[in-house]
Amino acid sequence: MSVESWTYIMVGATFAAYLAIGYRNRVADTRGFYVAGQGVPAIFNGAATAADWMSAASFISMAGLISFMGFDGTVYLMGWTGGYVLLALLLAPYLRKFGKYTVPDFIGDRYDSNKARLVAALCAIFVSLTYVAGQMRGVGVVFSRFLGVEIATGVFIGMAVVTFFAILGGMKGITWTQVAQYSILILAYLIPAVAIATKLTGIPIPQLSFTASDIVVRLNQIQVDLGFTEYTQPFQTKSMLDVVCITFALMAGTAGLPHIIVRFYTVPSVRAARYSAGWALFFIALLYTTAPAIAAFARYNLIDSLHDTPVEEARSLDWVESWEATGLLALEDRNNDGRLQLTPDEGTNEITIDRDIIVLSTPEVAGLAPWVIALVAAGGLAAALSTAAGLLLVISSSIAHDIYARLINPQATEARRLLVGRLMIFLAIVVAGYFGINPPGFVAEVVAFAFGLAAASFFPVILLGIFDGRTNRHGAIWGMLVGIGFTGSYIVGNRFLGMDPWFFGISAQGIGAVGLVFNMVTTLVVSRLTAPPSAEVRVLVASVRIPKGQAHRAEPEPPRSSQRSNPQL
Amino acid sequence: MSDVEEGQSASPDSRPGTGTEASRREYWKRNRRLIAVLLTIWFVVSYGLAIFLAEPTSGMRIGQLPAGFWWAHQGSMFVFVGLIFFYAWRMDRLDREYDVHEDED
Repeated sequence: MSVESWTYIMVGATFAAYLAIGYRNRVADTRGFYVAGQGVPAIFNGAATAADWMSAASFISMAGLISFMGFDGTVYLMGWTGGYVLLALLLAPYLRKFGKYTVPDFIGDRYDSNKARLVAALCAIFVSLTYVAGQMRGVGVVFSRFLGVEIATGVFIGMAVVTFFAILGGMKGITWTQVAQYSILILAYLIPAVAIATKLTGIPIPQLSFTASDIVVRLNQIQVDLGFTEYTQPFQTKSMLDVVCITFALMAGTAGLPHIIVRFYTVPSVRAARYSAGWALFFIALLYTTAPAIAAFARYNLIDSLHDTPVEEARSLDWVESWEATGLLALEDRNNDGRLQLTPDEGTNEITIDRDIIVLSTPEVAGLAPWVIALVAAGGLAAALSTAAGLLLVISSSIAHDIYARLINPQATEARRLLVGRLMIFLAIVVAGYFGINPPGFVAEVVAFAFGLAAASFFPVILLGIFDGRTNRHGAIWGMLVGIGFTGSYIVGNRFLGMDPWFFGISAQGIGAVGLVFNMVTTLVVSRLTAPPSAEVRVLVASVRIPKGQAHRAEPEPPRSSQRSNPQL
Repeated sequence: MSDVEEGQSASPDSRPGTGTEASRREYWKRNRRLIAVLLTIWFVVSYGLAIFLAEPTSGMRIGQLPAGFWWAHQGSMFVFVGLIFFYAWRMDRLDREYDVHEDED
C-alpha cells in the first residue's frame, strides 16, 4: 500500500478515536467544562500536559532547529523542560489547593482586585491566541505536505474535529483526547528515532547511542573539514549571556503559561498535582532527550549521503527525489563538477536543507515502512490539535468565566455560564482558524512575545502571591506594568522598529528574563511602601500553603445542575 | 541534601504539635528550605554545568560527548525529572509529619 493510503488510514483512524473519546466525555456543568471535574489521575494529567505542551513546532521543527544550532539548541531543550521544575516546586501545588478554574481567578482573588483580574484575563487571551494561530497553521501544513490537500482544507478539517470534542467535553473531553494524542505523537517520534539510531550505531536506545557512539565525534570532524565549527562548540550562534537569558525566559515563561497551569487544576489533590508535574516532565523528556539524538544523527546522515556525492547518484535516492519535489531540499551543482558540496559560504554551497526535513524525512532515510511515515503525519497532527485544544479552552474560560461570569454578570446561572463557555470556545476556534488560513506575517515574533509576557507578568505575580504574604495589590499591579511595559517595548522596538538590543545585547527572545527581575523588584518595593493586604487575603495565602482543608472560596458556587461529571477511568 | 537526613532522623518525640499556628509555620519553613536546596541543584546543573562551565570542561568526556554538551543536551533534563519526583516524595512525608496531608478518598 502507498504512503498516501496509509496516511489516510492513520489520520482517519486517529481522528475517529478523538471524536469517540470526546463524545464519551461529554460534560454538563462548568466544573467539568473548565477543570474536568478535578478527577484526572496524576499520571494521565501528566500525559495530557505533555501533549498540551508539545506543539506542532516541538514535534516537527525542534530537532531540525537544534540540528542547525548545534550546542546552542540547548536554549530550547533546557528552556522548555526546566520550567517544569519551577512549576512543580513553586506554583502548581498551591494553585491546585486554591482550586478555582483559571489563572485570573487566583490573581483576582489574591490581590482582591477586579482590575488585576481583567488584566490577567486579557494577557491570557493574548498569549493563547498568538499561540493557537500557529497550531491551526500546523494542522494545515501537515495535511498539505502528506496528503497534498490545500492548507485551508486541512485547517477546516482540524477546526471541525476540535470543535466537536472541545464543545461537548470542555476540559474533560480535551484531557482524555490529549492522553490519546500523547500516545500517538510519542510513538510517531520514537519509532523512527530508534530505527535511525540502530541503523547508524547498532544501539537502539537513541539517548544511549547519542552518548556512547562516535557519531557526534565524527560529525564534529566532518564539520571542521568542511569549514564549519564543531557541532558541540558552545556559543556559536548566541553569546553566553544571551543563552542564559533565553533559557531562563523560556523556563519562567513555560511555568507561567496559562494553558499549562490550568492543567494542574484538573487533578484530585495537591499531592496529585506534585506527582503530575513529574509525570508531565517525564513524558516530555522522552521526546526532548530524543530530539538532540535525531538532530545529530540526521545531520550526520544527510551530510554523509549527500556531500561530495555525484549529483545523479544523490538524485537516485528515493527520499532525495521526494523531498526535492517539496522544495524543502534543494540541490544545485553550481561549479559543474558533477558532485555536490556543502560549504559554509552561501555563494558556493550546493545543498540547501530546510530544518523541517530533519524529523519529517527520518523514516524514509532510515528506510522504514510506509505505515511509519503515515504515523509521523498522524503524530504531527496530534501534537498540533492537542495544543490547540488546550489553548482554546483558556481563551474560552478567560472570556466566559473571568470576564463574563465574574465581572459582567455574576448572577448568571450554571446553565448560562456553560452555554457562554461553549459559545466562546466556538468563537475562539473560528478566530484561530481564520489566522491559520491567513497567517499574520509576525507569528514568529509574537511567540517570543508570548513567552516574554508570561515570564514578566504571570510568573512573578503568582510566585510572590504565594511566597510573599506582604505582596499587595499595588505592588502586583505596578510590577506587572513595569514587567510587561519593559519587555513589551523592548520586543516591539527590537523586532519591528529596528532598535538595537541595547540592554547588554540581550535578544528579544531573552529579554523576558530581565523583565521578570524588574517586575519582582518593583512588586517587592511598592508592596512594602503601601498598606499590607487585608485579613481575608492573609487567610487565603495561609490556606494555599497547606494541602489539608477546604480550598478558599471567594465566590459562592453558582446554582448547579444535578448531573455531575464523574471522573473517568 | 542535608534536609533529607534531618527529616529522616527526626524522632517521633520531636514531632511538633499538629495543626497549631507554630507547626504550620515550621512546615512552611521546611518546605521553603527543601525548595531552596532543590532549586540550587537545578541552577548548578542547568546554568553551571551546561552553560558557564561548557567551555572550560570541553576537554572532559561523558561517553563520547564533551561534558558541557552532554549536560546541555541530555543530562540536565534527566536531573529535572528526578528533582520533581524527589520533591513530591519528600513532601508526602513532610505533609504527614506535620499532619497537613489531604484525606484519602
